[in-house]
Amino acid sequence: MSTASPKPVRVLSFSQKVGRWDLKFSPYLYISPFFVMFAIVGLFPIGYTAFISFMDWDLVRNSGTFVGFDQYIWILQQPHFWTALRNTFSIFLISTVPQLLLAVFIAAMLDRNIRAKTFWRMGVLLPFVIAPVAVGLIFNVVFADNFGLVNGILTDLGLAPIPWHKDPFWSHVAIATMVNYRWTGYNTLILLAAMQAVNREYYEAATVDGAGLFRQFTAITLPSLRPTLIFVIITATIGGLQIFDEPRVFDQFGRGGAGQQWLTITLYLYDIGWGQWNFGRAAAMAWILFIIILAIGLLNLFITRSLVRDEGRRGDRVGRRTRKEVAR
Amino acid sequence: MSTVPPIAIVEEAIPDEKKRRRGERTIRIRGNRPGFWVYAGLTVVFISAAFPLYWSFVIGSGDASSLRSRPWWPSGNFIDNAISVVSNPAVNFWAALWNSIYSSFLIAAAVVITSTLSGWAFAKLRFLGGPALMAFVVATMAVPQQLGVVPLYILFSELGWTGQIGAIILPALTSAFGVFWMTQYLRQAVPDELIEAARVDGASMIRTFWTVGVVAARPAAAMLFLFVFVGAWNNFFWPFIVLDRQNPTLPVALSLLQSNYFVDYSIVLAGVVLATIPLLLLFIFAGRQLVSGIMAGAVKG
Repeated sequence: MSTASPKPVRVLSFSQKVGRWDLKFSPYLYISPFFVMFAIVGLFPIGYTAFISFMDWDLVRNSGTFVGFDQYIWILQQPHFWTALRNTFSIFLISTVPQLLLAVFIAAMLDRNIRAKTFWRMGVLLPFVIAPVAVGLIFNVVFADNFGLVNGILTDLGLAPIPWHKDPFWSHVAIATMVNYRWTGYNTLILLAAMQAVNREYYEAATVDGAGLFRQFTAITLPSLRPTLIFVIITATIGGLQIFDEPRVFDQFGRGGAGQQWLTITLYLYDIGWGQWNFGRAAAMAWILFIIILAIGLLNLFITRSLVRDEGRRGDRVGRRTRKEVAR
Repeated sequence: MSTVPPIAIVEEAIPDEKKRRRGERTIRIRGNRPGFWVYAGLTVVFISAAFPLYWSFVIGSGDASSLRSRPWWPSGNFIDNAISVVSNPAVNFWAALWNSIYSSFLIAAAVVITSTLSGWAFAKLRFLGGPALMAFVVATMAVPQQLGVVPLYILFSELGWTGQIGAIILPALTSAFGVFWMTQYLRQAVPDELIEAARVDGASMIRTFWTVGVVAARPAAAMLFLFVFVGAWNNFFWPFIVLDRQNPTLPVALSLLQSNYFVDYSIVLAGVVLATIPLLLLFIFAGRQLVSGIMAGAVKG
């Protein structure tokens, strides 16, 4: 790879010169389409968002006057912002935690030696191809206050209907269900792949050792999933804190409810930018969201690392011990 | 990591006499075929995945009162409801369908081309600044889409592109994830000796890329195409900001279906079913590749 010409270099012929030039500059040529486009539509907007967030932006002139941190201060003083922050975290927690537990559980079932593997795997992934907006509209019928599927069944059973759109908590449960519906299968497959990468000899040793399926799962499978779990949790954090589509279509007005029951950060950003047409504040909001995502992402990384690392040691020990006992 | 491409994982899912014999070892280790409860559990999962779609067809084939009467079987009004969706002037369904098809196609094709080129350079060519640039690409994957929308909107309104499909295609033509994905794949799929052999035989860099790189990249490129296509098709936030009801994509059109004070859910859900059919077809034909793509990406995770 590193030598362009097998001949010893004497006086360079024209084709050799071309060959050298080719070797030296080709890599930059190949990455340039990506980086040029990326600079224009990725990097420039990020920097420009920071610039605009320190401005009072005039939409007509398309320019602004410098106001320092005023936009950030304005946002932090809005009660709506704190409500949106609370709602976003609430929806994020109600969706991520059950989703990952469920995904681990389903992946463990798929990891068994089942028949028609491809069928079950595809079945699990089916919701992934449905657009979040479509998922939202479908579940609106399930969670409608008056004649929805769930409330209809509850009423038939003689129970009180649930106020899906009036009560913040229940609206979060409804929106989290939409998120879970779409993403559980995707995460299941990622975890399944990690489970299949586990050396089957560990299970063999554990079986010989008399460990049941549950013990095998907690002592071998779970510790091996550590890096994958960290990956899945980080991705879920980045995506979950940006949630927009499902709360936007949760009612026909798309403003997060009459009392901001399900107003999320991105929904609020949209309202500031394209409802109130204040781009300086919207840009500041975008940066605040980014900082929150970074902070939570790092926090998650540390928590997951320290939590799962202990399990990893334990799993390793069990593995070694069982292997030793097999050898005996 | 072995030189076997990660796609090989799914091979085991294909029932095949030889493969089954090889799998016998697995059967012994993990016990016999699992019993009733595993299949029962999986059936519950499958029903939960499929039921919402079925339910939207049930409601979408009824009329305005069907939500209240809660039928369990489809009625006969689906065609009528579908016609009122596609003929609704506020929604512009056919324009939305066409916009979704060609924008997703262009985006996926462009991402595959730029990612394969960059991935080849990062995985197999040594150049000054390569590793640093790669780390930079990976870091940008954590940046949320929201961080770019305000300047992009200002940019496109200066250009007079708001309401144009170009405004959703242009920002999506490259993907940091795509570059990362192709780099990871090509790094292990192509042995360095192969490239050296091609170079010794006098192939230019671009010819080596074309005859060795592109050929090896095809399976990963196909998966990347699928993922980007599905992602572009389902994307809502930015199209919703920059497009209007005259010229929407399908998710934007769907959100417009329920933006009235009186919402007839049978028509909304007929629209949902209509808009989901194209991706369901894609899923039937390429779902297996989506499954193996997700699983292949995970191992390297």
